[in-house]
This record gives sequence, structure tokens and C-alpha cells, in this order.
Amino acid sequence: MANFTLKVNGTTHQVEVEDDTPLLWVLRDHLNLVGTKFSCGIAQCGACTVHVNGNATFSCVTPVSSIGNSEVTTIEGLSKDGDHPVQKAWDEVDVAQCGYCQAGQIMNAAAFLEQNPSPTLEEIDNAMNRNICRCGTYHKIREAVALAAKSN
Amino acid sequence: MKTQTGTSRRDFLKIAGTTAGGLVIGFNWFSCDSPKMEVLSTEQILAQAKSFNSFLSISPTGDVVIFSPNPELGQNIKTSFPMVVAEELEADWEKVRVVQANLDPEKYERQLTGGSGAMPHSWERLRKAGATAKFVLVAAAAQTWKVPASEITVSKGMISHEGSGKKGHFGEFVAVATTLTAPEEVTLKDKKNFTIIGTPVKNVDAKDMYTGKPMYGLDFQREGMQYAMIQRAPFGMKLVSVDDSAARAVAGVTNVVTFGSSVAVVGTSTWPLLKAKKLLKVNYEPDGVVESSTDHDRLFTELMAKGKAEVKRKDGDVASAFKSAAKVVTAEYQCPFLAHSPMEPENFFAHVQGDKVELVGPTQTPDRARQETATLLGIPPENVSVAITRLGGGFGRRLRADYVVEAVEVSRAIQAPVKVTWSREDELTGGAYRPAVRYRFEAALDATGNLIGYKLRGVGMNAGNTTRETNFPTGAVDHVLIETIEHASSITTNAWRAPITNFLAYAEQSFLDEVALAAGKDPVDLRLELLNRAKTKPIGELGYDVDRMLGVVNMAKEKSNWGKNPAVKQGFSVYFSHKSYVAQVANIEMEAGKPTLKKITAVTDCGLVVNPTGANHQVRGGIVDGMGHAMYTNMTFEAGVPKQRNFDTYRLIRLKEVPEIETHFVDSGFDPTGLGEPALPPTGGAIANAIFAATGRRLRSQPFIEQKEFSDIQLQIKRG
Repeated sequence: MANFTLKVNGTTHQVEVEDDTPLLWVLRDHLNLVGTKFSCGIAQCGACTVHVNGNATFSCVTPVSSIGNSEVTTIEGLSKDGDHPVQKAWDEVDVAQCGYCQAGQIMNAAAFLEQNPSPTLEEIDNAMNRNICRCGTYHKIREAVALAAKSN
Repeated sequence: MKTQTGTSRRDFLKIAGTTAGGLVIGFNWFSCDSPKMEVLSTEQILAQAKSFNSFLSISPTGDVVIFSPNPELGQNIKTSFPMVVAEELEADWEKVRVVQANLDPEKYERQLTGGSGAMPHSWERLRKAGATAKFVLVAAAAQTWKVPASEITVSKGMISHEGSGKKGHFGEFVAVATTLTAPEEVTLKDKKNFTIIGTPVKNVDAKDMYTGKPMYGLDFQREGMQYAMIQRAPFGMKLVSVDDSAARAVAGVTNVVTFGSSVAVVGTSTWPLLKAKKLLKVNYEPDGVVESSTDHDRLFTELMAKGKAEVKRKDGDVASAFKSAAKVVTAEYQCPFLAHSPMEPENFFAHVQGDKVELVGPTQTPDRARQETATLLGIPPENVSVAITRLGGGFGRRLRADYVVEAVEVSRAIQAPVKVTWSREDELTGGAYRPAVRYRFEAALDATGNLIGYKLRGVGMNAGNTTRETNFPTGAVDHVLIETIEHASSITTNAWRAPITNFLAYAEQSFLDEVALAAGKDPVDLRLELLNRAKTKPIGELGYDVDRMLGVVNMAKEKSNWGKNPAVKQGFSVYFSHKSYVAQVANIEMEAGKPTLKKITAVTDCGLVVNPTGANHQVRGGIVDGMGHAMYTNMTFEAGVPKQRNFDTYRLIRLKEVPEIETHFVDSGFDPTGLGEPALPPTGGAIANAIFAATGRRLRSQPFIEQKEFSDIQLQIKRG
């Protein structure tokens, strides 16, 4: 066990966990931030996507010991009132079916648009291809990312 | 439309409502534009609300709480059910809060999600729940204002009397209304006056989903709760012994318990368990037959040739028809086992305390969870409470209660509240699969290309009846023989979205294409010819409505410009399942010398569309699901152990792999039927038929990417 000081959503947290503990489980089991989802555990589906220093990161394979002073942002901290342009676009397009993967989709889309504010549809497809939606909401995900880019 | 309300005591059982709390002005977050305004929580509203019936409570503030009893797994029932209640109530949707009801067999019938059956079952019940509440609210207003009820109008939560100019919101009449008796008969609205039904109402959980609020089973936490993960035996094996010393040495592991052939590692958080589970040394021995995929292939061949068949349908004289045939077409089709792979892995919270149990989690069948728990512990079912969380997908997996009962076992063993979580590997290797099936089709054609004989024989691995003997094209053919053969496999199976038809439709719709080719007919013309025959001179029992199927076929032909553009190679498919009709056309065009799947056009008759957004979601999602599993996904076994253990090898369809999907809905005038499943079955056939039209390659097995015929055609998928 080791002590870690983490900056998550602008707040500093102390946790005592094994240093190989993935960020995902620190967030979910120790910081009670359960918006970040567990699904595959091997960086294949993107449900666990968070931002580490603004980069979309698979938290399920990111050891807590690798975070250091980096700023972590989860879906709970993406915006104060759920009004990030991507969240608003998701609401406007009414993207979700079961909704379980959508926090990861939103986090991936938000990081992507931060780096590429005016993407082509092809660039959107490439960026969002790393997140699986088992319900098949892909058309709406694409539409929502395009809308968020437009409204940004 | 007048309708009796006395059909179900349960729906109208009143629950104890607390008394009115006075004049609190509420603003819900839908209409709230300033954070300074007071927003009543749903709990605060419920604390003052009065119950009108099992589905509906209204508070003196005029806020309406609608209870949605059926589990929500993405089919959007938590939005569409309340829409129906609110419609007949004439509620202001902005003032409606929706609450997922817990399991309560006293109040609700058929509190489950499966078979695309919720809306057809509940449509009239929900309407009556809204209409009877409106009736007593109007009666209360009439009594208060001393005017005839017939002169009162209701709109958007406001009750008005034009003559006297009196006006008030629902909340003002709640106290009086709930003392009145609900009528025996109510008048339901004319469908043409619907203002909520048929409009694209947004998902009621949208805000919570997009801001990461706890709402799924895996998000549930309780003070003092332990975490557990379970090592399960391979199929056909049982536990002999376990060495748990290394697992117990992992920091954060508090216990290891064994029940049956399962070994549970218990701890204070999830990560130590993921590590510890890998350190368990478990010895198993065969417990029956241990099977590999090579065994299944051999069994399919043997059983197809000489298995003991159960005859499901026999019309006319098949032997004579085939003897007199000018041409016989024969083909075999095969699909693999598949896991359900919902994005949220199985999990459940259980707390056993003496002879009482509290359960919380994602289940499609809360009552089954309750019953199996009661049976396991030998306690009355009413001692088990089940709270239903939102489900991160289900696809049929959560119809079973195996993962619920496991949590009960662990809680009993450790005498503490526990949440059992499955890893993705557990989920993919844990059984309850879509069964593997092989079909043999035979068609007899006369000299003019008429289909005179049709034989279907299915062999399934724990599939039950592999056929649907009253489905098309039965009823349209004089001589028919349909048989099914079962192999009792040690690989466990379960319903999987559109059970049986998820592959049968593919096989049948591909085979009909082969028949059309042999008969020298256009594939759509062949289907129209058969349907017209079923309409004018049906043979035996018809499981489908010929006119409704003709409706979707004709509209799909028109909307897809079937056969009009020689540069577009098209595949057609139509299927009836779960009371709805869906026709699909897949378009393949050559781009840079490669066949390119560009579009699927879908025409659906699911009766009245309650929520166009939800309906589009179900059709598109069903198509993506059907396409993904037809194209990419396989599950194979070696000595009782699945070889595909996570999404790196168990391949699911991704965003770049879906074509454009164009949806249309037939306005057939029928009440709403199911839509969670019916769009899936036709998809594989439409794509396979288009691939044949474009390349001459006939794909008779899934997944396509592993077939020799598919390996060199270089199919691309592109959206416009």
C-alpha cells in the first residue's frame, strides 16, 4: 500500500492503495466517482475514458502510480452544470440507449474536439472508433460530435 | 373509445399517500433556468404526493410522478411508458418526473423486460391509468366549482371551465380527487388528438447519464458493503479442490468462500479481487461431457443426417412434391454461440439478514431474482425485496438470475452486504449463450419455377425449438415439413435478443434468395408472389398478418428504389418477429474496384409509434447489432473453455463499420407492438444477399469475416 495525492476535477484527494491499482478503480471504489465505467478492463472499449492533462485516457489500464501531478478530469467534472458543449449536444441529439458507454464517449469526444475543434466527418469517425457502444448508437454519436463541433 | 377499467385490480391498487404538505412552489430542472430557484427533488414531491393508482401520484404543487415498472436497459421504456400515462392524463410533460418502480407483484403485472412485450402488454393499462386519474381530477374540479364535469376541459396539467372562467392546475384538486372512486369505464383519447405520443420526447435519464450520476447496478454502494468476484467452472467440469493461499495473501482480500463449483474472492474493493482471482489454483474434473467446437461441428453433421427429429409442421405431401420437382435447391446455414456482452458486466448487490434479503441491481426479471433467491434460502418470496437499477444493456442475459443468486450465496456465507461484479472475461466465459444452430433448407420447384415444396431441419445446441413453424414462408407453400433436433450440450444457453430468429431469419431470407435465383425470379417478386398466395389461399396455420408483411415489402421496394439502378447491388430481407414487421434492403456499390456497403433501408410496421426517437434508436440499434454479429463475432470452445475472453478477440462492431441507415415506419393503424428485437433478424440476410448480388459469393455461415467466401472480396463499409 502507498499514499497517493491525486488532482481530480480540481480537487486534491489522498488515497491509500497498491501502486498498480488502475485509476478506474481508484475513482470508482475509493473516490466514489462512479460515472467512469468499467467494461472490458483491457483498453478495448473506451467506457472508462477520462482526461489526464486533457488527453483521453483509458483509466482501466492506467496505474495510479503513473498519474503524479497530472490533472484528472472525469465525467462528473467535465462541466459544473452538465453544460459542456459535448454534453449539450448529446442531450440535443438524444444519443443514449442504455447509456452505459456514453460517459466514456462524451469524454473521448470532448478531448478530441479540444484538440481538433473543426473536424471532418472522417476525423470524427477515426476519433470515436475507439469507443464501443453495444446498443449501436453510432449514428447519433457521430451526429452529436458534429453538432458539438459546430456549436463550439 | 370507451374501455372497462376493471380488468386488473393490481394496476389500480392505491398505495398509501401522505397528506398534502401545503403550498410549496416547485420548479423542476427541465424548466429551471436559474440555479437560485427552488427545485423540488423527486423525493420532496413524492413526500407530499397522493397516489391515484399504481402508475401515478400527483403532488399539491401540480408535479406528476409516474412510476415505470419495467426494467430499462436501453429500449427506452422508462420514457415511453410515462408518455402514454401522461397523454391520457393530459399532463404537462415538463411537470412529469419518472421513477423506476421496485419489484411489486401486488401493483404490477409482467414486470419484466423481454420478448419486446412490454408496450403491447401495457398499452391499454397505461392509458387507463392516465384516463381514470384525469376523470377523478375533473370530477373534483366540477364538485369544487359546482359546474358540470362535461363542460370542463383539461390541457397540459391545467383544468378549465370556460363558462365560469375558472382555471386551476392538477395539484389544486388532488386532495378531493383522491377521495373519489375511479370509474368503471373511461373514455380514452382519439389517437388523432395525441399531443405527447408520437412526438420525439427525450430520454428521461439523459441528464443523469451525461453527467455521470450513479444509476447502474455497478454504481451501487452501501456502507459496510464487501466486494466479491467469482471463479466459475468450465462447462462440463466440476470443482475438486481449491488452493486459495496466494489469493488470500493479496492486500485487500478479506475472505475466500466456495459454494458448488464456484470460488468467490471477497474484499474491500474491486482491484485486489481482479488480481486475487488469477491466483486461485482450482482443480476441476469432468462432470459429464466436456465439449470443443470440433465436437459441435461433428455433432451438427451427425444429427443433421440421422438425429431424432421432432416434427413441428407438416402440410401436404412433401415426399411427392420433391419427387415430382423439376428442380431442387438445398443449402445449409450455420451460426456460432454468442455471448450477450452488455457493456455493463453482470453484477448484483445482496444482503441476507436472517430470513430477509435485500437485492439491488440490473435485472430483466426481478420476480425471477426474487423467486430463485427464496428457493435457495427456503424463505417466502415476500421476504425478498428487489430494487431495479438502470441496466447497462441486457440483450437477454439478464433474464437469468444466476448472477443474482450467486450474490445471495456470498452474502449468506460472509454474513455481510456484498456486491458481486463480473469481469469482462467472466461475462464472456460465463455461459447462457445464444445457441449454435445449423439449418438445412430444401426447396422443390415445378417446371414454371413455383415453390411447391419446402423443408427445414434445424439442429441446435441447447436451442429448444430451432424453428418458427408458423412464420413465413409457411402458409404460402402447399407441401411443407419442418423439424427440429436438439443436442443437450454442457455449454449453457439462454435467450439472446430475438431468440432463434436472430439467425433463423438470416438463414431463411438468404435461402429464399437462392430459391429466387434457381426459379429465375426477382427476389422481391418471389416474396410478393408467395405472400399473395398466402393471402388468397393460405395453407395451414399462419403466424403472421399477410397484409402487414406486404405493406413493409412494398414500401421497402419503393423507398430503396429496388432494382432501379444497375450500379447499386441490392439485397432484400423481410421478417416478422415479436409482433412487428421489418423489411430491409442493403445497398452495395463498387468504389475503387471494391464492393462498398453504403446503406441499409429499413421499413417497419410496429403499429403506432409511441416515441419516434426511441423507435429509430431500436431500428438502427437492431440493425447495427444484427450486422455486427453476422459480420464479426465468433465464440469457440476448447475443452469446455471459451477461446474468446475479451473484446480483443471477441470482436464487436465499431462506429466506422456501420453504413447509413434510413428508417421508415408504416402507419398501419394498429396499436403499438414490440420494437426491442424485430429490426435485428432481417439484417444479416439483407447484407448477405447484397454481397451475393455484388460478388456472386453466398455466405452461409457467420461470422462472415471468418468464411473462405468472404476472405478475398474486400468489402468496404462507408457512410455517405
